[in-house]
Formats: sequence, C-alpha cells, structure tokens
Amino acid sequence: MSMYAQLVETGVNQLQSRAEMSAEERAFQERVDAGIKIEPKDWMPEDYRKTLIRQISQHAHSEIVGQLPEGNWITRAPTLKRKTILLSKVQDEAGHGLYLYGAAETLGVTRDQLYADLLSGKVKYSSIFNYPTLTWADIGAIGWLVDGAAIMNQIPLCRCSYGPYSRAMIRICKEEAFHMRQGYDIMIALCRDGTPEQKALAQDALNRWWWPSLMMFGPPDAESVHSAQSAQWKIKLFSNDELRQKFIDQTIPQAEYLGIRVPDPELKWNEESGHYDFGKIDWDEFWNVVKGNGPCNRERLRARVQAWEDGAWFREALVAHAEKQSQREAEATKAA
Amino acid sequence: MLLADKFESLLRLGDNTLILAQRLSEWCGKGPVFEEDMALTNIALDLLGQARLWLTYAGEVESKGRDEDALAYLRDAHQFRNLLLVEQPNGDYALTMARQFYFDTWHHLLLQELLKSTDERIAAIAEQAVKEVTYHLRRSSDLVTRLGAGTEESHRRMQTAVDELWPYTGEMFAPDAVDEALAAQGIICNPGQLHEPWLKHVAEVFRQATLTLPSGTWMQKGGKQGRHTEHLGYILTEMQFLQRAYPGAKW
Ligand SMILES: [Fe+2]
Ligand SMILES: [Fe+2]
Ligand SMILES: [Fe+2]
Repeated sequence: MSMYAQLVETGVNQLQSRAEMSAEERAFQERVDAGIKIEPKDWMPEDYRKTLIRQISQHAHSEIVGQLPEGNWITRAPTLKRKTILLSKVQDEAGHGLYLYGAAETLGVTRDQLYADLLSGKVKYSSIFNYPTLTWADIGAIGWLVDGAAIMNQIPLCRCSYGPYSRAMIRICKEEAFHMRQGYDIMIALCRDGTPEQKALAQDALNRWWWPSLMMFGPPDAESVHSAQSAQWKIKLFSNDELRQKFIDQTIPQAEYLGIRVPDPELKWNEESGHYDFGKIDWDEFWNVVKGNGPCNRERLRARVQAWEDGAWFREALVAHAEKQSQREAEATKAA
Repeated sequence: MLLADKFESLLRLGDNTLILAQRLSEWCGKGPVFEEDMALTNIALDLLGQARLWLTYAGEVESKGRDEDALAYLRDAHQFRNLLLVEQPNGDYALTMARQFYFDTWHHLLLQELLKSTDERIAAIAEQAVKEVTYHLRRSSDLVTRLGAGTEESHRRMQTAVDELWPYTGEMFAPDAVDEALAAQGIICNPGQLHEPWLKHVAEVFRQATLTLPSGTWMQKGGKQGRHTEHLGYILTEMQFLQRAYPGAKW
C-alpha cells in the first residue's frame, strides 16, 4: 500500500464487474477512470471512503510518529547548520501529519478520533519508525532512504482519485524532495568528505536501514489481497513490488557514489531485465515489527501517549478560556 | 579593550539565543497539540538563526578564526555567557511558557534598543531579529494570559511557573563593566533601562492572566559572567557530543 500506509484493508476481496455495479457506482468508477477528481461532497462508495480514511490516517500517523526517531538527534546535531536543517525537517513532518489529518477529515471523521485510534494502538503507522536512530549517520540514512522511498511512493499519489488527498500529496512531495537531499548530503559529508571513522558510521547505518526501507513498500504483490480494488479506485497507482524495484534501481548507484554497499550478497545487476536482482526480504521480521515486536514499538507509542496525556491540562485550559471569552462577549452584547 | 568587550557582549546575545533554542528543541515532537509543537519549533528555529548571526559576528570580532560552530561546540560551561533563565529545564508547558514570556519581553525591548546601535552590523541583526521576536512576544503573552485565566489547574501551574523562574529575571537588568563600556559608545544599551518597561508589560499580562506578580527581591546572577547553574553542563554535554567525540571531523 501507500508507503507510509503499508497495510490498508479495502473491505473488498473481489473486484466487481461493471455489470454488478449500481448506477451510482458505475458513474463513480467512470469519473475515476476519466481522471476526474472525487471531491468530499461527491457520492462515493462506502468502502472507498473507509479505505481512504484508513490509508490517509495511517499515513498521517506515520508522519507524526516519524518525528520521533529523527527528533532524537536534534539536540545532538553536529553543527548549527545541520541542527537548523534537521529541526525544520522534523517540523515539516508534523505539518505533513496536519495536512493529512485535514484531508481525512473531509471524509467525515475528526482528527481527535483518528489520533485516539493511533494512541490506543488500533491503527498502525509505518513499521520503519520502530527502528532506533543510534548514530548521526542514521539521520543521513533516514533522509536518503526513508524520505527517498516516501517520494517514490507519493509522487504517483499526487494523481490519486481523491482531490483533498491528491492536493495534500502535492504539497508534501515538494518538502520530501528537500528531506531526501539533506539526508543524502549528510551521507556525502560522511562518506566522501569524512574520515574513515565517519564512513564506517555511514556503512553501519546503511546496514541497519536497508532492509527495513525495502519493507516500507509493503508485502509482496502476491500477498497484497486488497491491492486490486485500490488500483481500480486509483488510490494506489503502482504495486508494492514495482515501487520496491524502482527504489532499488534508483538507490544502488547512489550507494556506489558514496562508496558504501547495501548488505545484500545477492544483489546484482541483471542485464536482461534492466533491473537489479536482490535477495530475500525477511518478511517474518516485517510481520513481527507490524505486530508490535520491533525494537522501538513500545517507546514510540508511549512517547506519543505521554505527550498527549501531559498536554491534557493545556488543551482543557485553552478550551475553558475560549468559553469564558465567548461568554463575556455574549454578556457584553446583551448589556449593550 | 573595546573589542574584547564587544566580543563578550556578542557572546551573551549568541549564547542566550542558542541555549534557549536548544531547550525549546527538546520539545520537538512532544508538544501538547500539534499546532503548538510546530509553533514552538518555529521559535526555536528563529532563535537558532539569530544565534548563528551573533556567534559568527562574535568570531569575526575576536578574529582568532573561530566560527559559529567553534564557539557553540568547543567552549566549556564557564565560557558560556547566557542568562541563567534560558538554561532552566523545560519542566511542564507552563514553565516553558513562563521562561519564554520573561525572556521574550526582555528580548523584544533589548532588540528595539539595538536597532539604534552605533555598530551597523549589530543594528542589522537586530532589525532581522526584532520582526521574529515581535511575534514570539505576542504569542507568549497570549498563552500566559490564556493559561493563567484558563482552568484552576492551568492557573495553578502558571502561577507556580512564574514564581519559580522569578529569581532568574533580575540578571537581565544588572549591568556590569562590559555593558557600561559598550553603552558609553552607543553600541548596546544599558540593560538597567529595560527594567521598567519590562515590569510594566509583565504586570499588565499578569493582570489579564489573573496571576500574582511575584514580589521576591533576591535574584540569582552570574550567567553573563560564566557562572552557571548545574543544568548548563548537561546541555553542553548533549549538544557538543559529536564535536567532542570526533575532534576535527567535518559534518
Ligand atoms: Fe504514503
Ligand atoms: Fe513527511
Ligand atoms: Fe520527510
């Protein structure tokens, strides 16, 4: 599924043929096929609406939880310039979360409801953010690989059928391109301009982030039961395996330029297919991380729950103050 | 002599903004609402930007080849010149807001004076900074008001916070020989003159916030001269880790 939304149920296991569709459904599908955007007020199948809510909210949650692993290094960034860039990058991710919650709200849910589902563990976020950031090189690797993979997935979503989602993706993609560049720039500083010790940090980061990055694209196509429906609705434009392959093909030359190697002994260029062949992904690890057994699942969720709970008095105070204010205004009008 | 004083004074400006930005960035991803998280990060970014301008200029005035990073990452605590106020821990959001409000009120007044500096570079940096700080001050004044006059709990937290940080406010207005030498040349203002307008604004906001203005007169001091609280050492340990662990490396 959508990269930050790896596992989205569509509620539909088999595609309907045109003949099986109601007149409304047919008209809807024809608009989608013609590339006309669906807007919040338009009629839409209930499963389309629900699937989009799941997909967009998983994506939003990923942006918000995704602040944490990189936020971990803001106070330790090695130069004031790097600190500035990282701080604004992590702030961008919160902004992405907000645009996306906003897009989901057009489908008839509230941000607080969606966020409560994240905090209760009911709705997942991308498995990638359950891995730890252990050294500064991880900040480079995340920008390069994780934001790089995000762009690969999200550029097509700029053309997705749902108007508010597509517009949110257009805004987000511009910033993701900057995120990827700053990450790769950190890697260049470590690998090409750095000391052997710094280059070793970069290699170690690549060793740890490579496979989880490939897992970001979601399970293999053969196991993605809901993909066909999402493709027909144009809220998924390429398959998981297609995007994964594209990502690998793009990334290997970048690793070569850095002079570091992906931790895959089976990786090799295939002249015939024009793509890189690569080794087996450990899907057992993936499913375990999804289920909550990743190295940081508990910390990440706990950090979010803690922030929300610690902020309760603050949110209540602002609401109370606004109420008092409007009460005073009402009384003033009455008196006048 | 004057150059040494100017270097010292620029370090104070740079270190205040740097250390406060460092503290604020600890909140990133942990704010009480997303919008607040983003707004606070914005302020951290503004202050960090200002710190870089002040420290770069400080390094040039010193002319020993130290750039912003050499000054930020390779000085020990006793060489930092920030106010004790800005190194105080974040605490709860009320404490963070109280610290911000006390600082912003002073910072805004100071920058308005620095606009008139006989040193063109100082005036130019102040001109850029004052726009940002005008917004910081409006925001922290507004939040202190709303939290003070919000719920019983927010009022209690806000009152505790402003009381707790009160003893760190006096240092902002206490001139020393460096201030006096530079003020005589019109390079900076005498910080003593900021006290009255500062107190006026704070009292007005507290009145609207239904907060009691603290009355304590004993004030902590020493930050400007390099005598800090225990907190600064830990801030630097964290901030400077990579530069210390990999001496001379470029990042
Ligand atoms: Fe996505
Ligand atoms: Fe993002
Ligand atoms: Fe990003």
